[in-house]
Amino acid sequence: MKVNVTVNGVDHSVDHVWALESLLDFLRERIGLRGTKNACEQGECGSCSVYVDGVLVCSCLVAAGQVEGCSVVTVEGLAPDRGVHPVQQAFLDAGAVQCGFCTPGMVVAAHCLLADDPVPDDLTVREQLSGNLCRCTGYQKILDAVYLAAERAGAAPSRQGSRP
Amino acid sequence: METSLASAPMLRPSTWPDALQSRAEHPDAAPICGGTDLMVDINFGRSRPAALLDLTSVEGLDSWELIDDGSTVRVGAGVSFTTIVEELSHLCPALAQAARTVGSPQIRNRGTVAGNLATASPAGDAHPALLACWAQVEVESLRRPRLIEIDDFFVGPKSSALASDELIRAVRVPAATGPQQFAKVGPRNAMVIATASFALNLDVAGRRVGTGIGSAGPTPLRARQAEQMLEETLIDRWDSPGAVADDVIRRFGALAGEAASPIDDVRGSAEYRRHALAVLARRCLSWTLADLPGASARQVARS
Amino acid sequence: MTVTDTATRSSASAAADGVGVSAPRPDGVPKVDGSFVYSSDEYHDGSLWGVTLRSPHPRARILAIDTSQAAGVDGVRCVLTHEDVPGSKLFGMNTYDQPVLAFDEVRYQGEPVAVVAATHPEIARRACELIVVDYEELVPVTNPEIALSGQVEGLPQGGLVRHVRIRHGDVDEARATAEVTVKGRYEMGTQDPAFLGPESGLAVPLGDGGVELYVSTQDLHRDQRQVADCLDLPLDRVRLVLSGVGGAFGGKEDLNVHIHACMLALSTGRPVRMVYGREESFFGHVHRHPAIADVELGATRSGRLVFTRVRLVLDGGAYTSTSQVVIANGCYFAAGAYDVDNVEIDGYATYTNNPPCGAMRGFGAVQSCYAIESAMDRLAAALGMHPLELRMRNAISEGDLLPTGQPVDGPAPVQEILSYLRDLPLPADSDHTTGDMRARPGGVGNVTRGEGIRRGVGYALGMKAIGFSGGKDDTCTARVTVWIRDGEPVAEVHCAAPEIGQGVVTLQAQIVRTELGVRTVELRDSDTDIAESGASSASRQSWMTAGAVVGACALVRDEILERAAAVLGSPAAGLSLDGTEIHDCDGRPVLSVAELLGPESVSHAYTYSHRVTEPVDPERGQGDAHIAFAYAAHRATVDVDVDLGLVRVVEMATAQDVGTAMNPLAVEGQIEGGTVQGLGLAVMEELQFSDGRIVNPSFTDYLIPTMLDVPPMPMKIFEFPHPDSPYGLNGVGEPPNLSSTPAILNALRDATGLELPRAPVRPSDLVIELGGRANRRASARPLQA
Repeated sequence: MKVNVTVNGVDHSVDHVWALESLLDFLRERIGLRGTKNACEQGECGSCSVYVDGVLVCSCLVAAGQVEGCSVVTVEGLAPDRGVHPVQQAFLDAGAVQCGFCTPGMVVAAHCLLADDPVPDDLTVREQLSGNLCRCTGYQKILDAVYLAAERAGAAPSRQGSRP
Repeated sequence: METSLASAPMLRPSTWPDALQSRAEHPDAAPICGGTDLMVDINFGRSRPAALLDLTSVEGLDSWELIDDGSTVRVGAGVSFTTIVEELSHLCPALAQAARTVGSPQIRNRGTVAGNLATASPAGDAHPALLACWAQVEVESLRRPRLIEIDDFFVGPKSSALASDELIRAVRVPAATGPQQFAKVGPRNAMVIATASFALNLDVAGRRVGTGIGSAGPTPLRARQAEQMLEETLIDRWDSPGAVADDVIRRFGALAGEAASPIDDVRGSAEYRRHALAVLARRCLSWTLADLPGASARQVARS
Repeated sequence: MTVTDTATRSSASAAADGVGVSAPRPDGVPKVDGSFVYSSDEYHDGSLWGVTLRSPHPRARILAIDTSQAAGVDGVRCVLTHEDVPGSKLFGMNTYDQPVLAFDEVRYQGEPVAVVAATHPEIARRACELIVVDYEELVPVTNPEIALSGQVEGLPQGGLVRHVRIRHGDVDEARATAEVTVKGRYEMGTQDPAFLGPESGLAVPLGDGGVELYVSTQDLHRDQRQVADCLDLPLDRVRLVLSGVGGAFGGKEDLNVHIHACMLALSTGRPVRMVYGREESFFGHVHRHPAIADVELGATRSGRLVFTRVRLVLDGGAYTSTSQVVIANGCYFAAGAYDVDNVEIDGYATYTNNPPCGAMRGFGAVQSCYAIESAMDRLAAALGMHPLELRMRNAISEGDLLPTGQPVDGPAPVQEILSYLRDLPLPADSDHTTGDMRARPGGVGNVTRGEGIRRGVGYALGMKAIGFSGGKDDTCTARVTVWIRDGEPVAEVHCAAPEIGQGVVTLQAQIVRTELGVRTVELRDSDTDIAESGASSASRQSWMTAGAVVGACALVRDEILERAAAVLGSPAAGLSLDGTEIHDCDGRPVLSVAELLGPESVSHAYTYSHRVTEPVDPERGQGDAHIAFAYAAHRATVDVDVDLGLVRVVEMATAQDVGTAMNPLAVEGQIEGGTVQGLGLAVMEELQFSDGRIVNPSFTDYLIPTMLDVPPMPMKIFEFPHPDSPYGLNGVGEPPNLSSTPAILNALRDATGLELPRAPVRPSDLVIELGGRANRRASARPLQA
């Protein structure tokens, strides 16, 4: 099976894709973008979160063939020119990273949350990020990171950006 | 990555007739839309369908519309739970409330009511609300289209009335004419499979009471006796119910609990499920009664 | 990969981002942008995929294994069984008793039986299904009490891993003087570390017959010894490199893919990747021991503890792993952080046919803390005393004797910790009839508008040793090298200490900045090219690594100053080093380091040892077994829906002594993370079994807390510097994991009036109407503040 897809703005045309292959495996093994993580492969942890045509999804639950003609954005594609996106910077500054395995998915989900709701309240952050499990931090510093990113975006409204 | 796996192409029809054609021609292809059930089975090696029939590109499946002079919401098979939460909370409050409890935002962005139905798990979050609202499932094959009443849809654990050549096209949910509630119990405060769930629909226009029970039997269930008892109680009071007696609410809860046929499993005991259902039914009833026009304010604080 | 870390906060001071500030993680940017390489991301051109066939039975005799069909599958490169293990067919943490691949008998469900290498993981999985194993099923032993009875056949050592006895004072005599006694049995289910990064690695065969393994682990050198023994290779032919570790919590101390991946790589001559899926992961690592604890406490009417008696049973499962040490650690602290003259503790670790249990954060002390802290609340109720007051009245302090006879040395600020919790205002009551359902028990499930909700408050105190105890003295080695690049000094640290998320890499860079003033610090891969660091476990790695890096820095500084002294013709003793410059005794820069070193480098390794410990004696459990102790306490506030048994933890207040907060943000993160793992164990996390089979090996049914399950966590970090450690630091990671669970249990007991003898608490346990199976308890008096 051949799959044509745009990933982080780059067009890819990949042959010999296994019909039952997940988008997660496709991204990691065919495209070589291993920032998207494989923690549960059942949609329970959010580590594999990516955007497909601007919609936040668990890439483990999307069949690779379903993204034919779509635009996918992964953690590697959030920041322009290989820099660090303000949401990523907030994670660093707030101490929201420990082992870091949940971080790429968490960053993408937080990016999506803030694109939709630039000044989210506490319970909204908790509900909207409840699909992203973290085993190290107890979440407090991740919450801090989201607020920090929101606060900084408020100070510089153009920087947060919208969903890709 | 080297691959010598025999690889059937993914079927990606773009029109509904093509989808039906593909379904007929490839009976061993598994239909996939949100993928939130099927891909788990594939990733865990429990299912290896010969091919996938992707329905995400079928035109028109991902929208909803009002039909029957606005009295029914026709929800396309590709409409995500997120869309239901965001757009249908007034027309289908119980279904929208249930949709909000489905998995995580990522899952709700992909998962669909039709997928819930096709899997036909007793724990499917949408089912109690569909039962409570007397929904109909629009299915179709090359042979013919047909409407399946929700009461006829679930035939066993993870088994439905859907024939092997049929696809679900839409779900028809009567628009709410009165208050509705959905409540779900699980040991986590978000992203959890129901240990037990309950939906209640006070159909003021139809003078009917609808209920639905999830995760407490081999299939989703209806609490018929509870419905009947409440209909009898409200028979001449739909427009001004006043204060409904506590013992009616208790009796309603007890009947809901009795309607279940739960088992002990990893998610909870039968005893707990039956008890929780009675509590949920009582609470849902007191909340919906309080929302009826003409309800006594006293109703709110009880139970 | 080598991580470069340049201090960026302030270039004015060379010691910016040194010890004591919240310096950024050197691996932070790659972790947020997705470029950090975890063991599951390791990749090599032409690599094969390895997959493991596991036993479906908890106990069965293996009569025959037929791999012929699997080996014939297109794309399969090799299929290996126990016959193909080149060296020792057994491995293990302390005792080699676990088969690399099963032979004769499988002793737990999920035990590896064969491994396959193929060109695609799906081909390997399908080939595994074609391996025919002829099993004769046997009846598994799954109850640890039955295993202990000595009545069952087929378990090693008659079912007993180890019996630990601790005798302090005379409990029988003391019982006569006790005015109030309470007894209770407390059980705890099996917790899983549930790290997100699955077990995984890449083995690369080397030309000399050796192998290189990129893997996530907590201890490279202990792994290396086991791998070499099982491959029958000398140590220098087995090179381990630490790959990115996606969480560990004890579950990555035992081997997982290591030997299998190396065997497949050596057999095929090709690199082999192995990555467990989530379901397999539940079978691929050890769990926290489930526990049964019987606790009896005696006290005077005024609330002074007179005796403590504990019988603790931990089910070790099928193989030893670290069970003999876990049971000892559970027993050392079974009497809690209390000064009590008469103590009798008997701990038993058993063998059964349940999956093996081993290390997990807290290492036995989680189970015993839960038991003693539950019993303390029961005693408080019996005395009619506030539970916090009872704890403060009996709190341990410096100089008190532990049940093992060792005097408590180092700071023991238990009164200060408890006082903080006493004085902190309670969270405000919530009005659940208005407000948001997400703040109520049941969350988005929409189950209550205030009906059935009761609030409870509970306290717990925990104590644990830091570092390895009981004569298992260990070392940590680090090498620090300084050279000049583009006119600026650069320092490199090489240490095998596994970074598992705790931030030991950050700490190494901070220390070098503080000790040498060098701004740019590079961290080499952790690998087995350098001497061992010991495990990232027992809350020891910061202490041990800091000791090694400080020592290596001192040697480097001394050499630089001596060289400078030679150049300047003045004594080294009067010189000092401040990053880029050598200063004279008046603080004036007299020579730049760049000028001094030119193209040369200065490099020194240092091996740090902590003070000597001794094993406890087998009869009375006496001995100076520990190097240091750490203390933490929690106050939990919960809302419980007593009709549905659902819980919303409202607040987890905590206080902990950390010695010196080397990196305050990292310390907070450890405390918050440990607290939430304890919260999970209190209200939702349990690996469930049926006849030795795991029934919930998935994140759908093994639930860990989400963001909506965790509360605000006000905390107080006390810094009482430890006299024996580098910078006065103390271990941080485990203590918050101890007291969190019992604090929540005590709060739930306070809210419901139920005994709640088992953790985690299930919804059905908390429903008062169904509460016949859990007895009511007496209520305690309010705190006389």
